[in-house]
Amino acid sequence: MDSRRISTRAQRGAVRDALGIAIASGAYAVSFGAISTAAGLSLLQTCALSVLMFTGASQFALVGIVGAGGSVWAGAATAALLGSRNALYGLRLSSILDRSGLRRLLAAHFVIDETTAMAIARESPAESRFAFWATGVALFFFWNLGTLIGAIATHLVPDPKVLGLDAAPPAAFLALLAPRLRAREAMAIALAAGVVALACLPFVPAGIPLLIVAVLVALFGVLRSRT
Amino acid sequence: MIWAGVLVASASCYALKLAGLSLPARVLQDARVQRTVPLVPVALLAALVATQTFATGQHLVLDVRAAALGVAVVAVLFRAPFLVVVGAAAATAALLRLL
Repeated sequence: MDSRRISTRAQRGAVRDALGIAIASGAYAVSFGAISTAAGLSLLQTCALSVLMFTGASQFALVGIVGAGGSVWAGAATAALLGSRNALYGLRLSSILDRSGLRRLLAAHFVIDETTAMAIARESPAESRFAFWATGVALFFFWNLGTLIGAIATHLVPDPKVLGLDAAPPAAFLALLAPRLRAREAMAIALAAGVVALACLPFVPAGIPLLIVAVLVALFGVLRSRT
Repeated sequence: MIWAGVLVASASCYALKLAGLSLPARVLQDARVQRTVPLVPVALLAALVATQTFATGQHLVLDVRAAALGVAVVAVLFRAPFLVVVGAAAATAALLRLL
C-alpha cells in the first residue's frame, strides 16, 4: 500500500477528533478575547494576536501582563519564552512534515500543543500528517472565531471589572498550568516560581518578576542536566 | 506601542515554531535543551498565577481575586473544562464585589 495514502475511516476519525478539540479551544478563545479586551487591547490587536501569534499560553501572558500594568515588552518577552516549547514540538514533528518549501512555512504556524498531541498519537506518518493539518486548520478557524466573539462581547460591557474579568487571567493560567503538574518536581518548581515572583515584585517594574523567574528556571535546568 | 509588542512577540513565537522544524535535530536534542525547555512554562505560568492574583502594580494585596483563584483550584481538581474554570473564577469575583 502507498504509505502516503490513508483510509477514509482513519480520515473521518482524525477530522472528528480535530473538530472536537477545535470547538473546545474555540470556547477557550472566547475567554481570551474577553480578557484581552478587558486588559485594554483594541479589537484589532486582540484578533491580530490570535491570527499571528496563535499559541494560547503566550497570548494570555502578553495580555495578562499588559492588563496588570506591566510594559508590553515584558509581556512580549514572556510570550516568547512561553513559546519556546513549540520549538521542541517542531522537532518531534519535523520527521512527519515536509522538510522544505512553502508548505513548511505554513505548517510552522500550526506547531502548537494540540496539533502535536493529535499528530503523534497516529499509527503511520501519513495519518500523522493528515491529523496535523486537520487539527491545525480546524483549530485556527475556531480559535479566531472564539476570540472575535469574546472581544466583541466584552466591548459591549462598560466596566469589565463588574463581570469579575480581572480575576479571570489567574484562573486561565492555572488551567494551563494544571496538566503540567503531574510530576513532583514540576509542583516544586511551580511553588518556588510563585514565591520568587511575589518576593521580587515590590522591587522591580511590573512584568519583570516573570523574566527573573525565567532566568532562574533556565539556570536550574542547565545546571541540573550536568549531573 | 502595544502594536509593536504584539507584532514583535508574534514574530518571535513564529520563529520558535519554525526553528523546531528547521534546525538540525542535534541542536534541540541536546540534553540541556530537552530538560530545561519543558520547565519554562511550568515556572512562568505559576509566576503568572501568583503575581496576577496577589498583586496590583508593585503592591502585594489580598482581595477577591484570591477567593476567585480558590474556586478555580477546586474547578481544576474536578477536571472542569477551561471555560468553566475561568467563568467560575470571574463569577466569584463579581459576586463577592456585589456583597
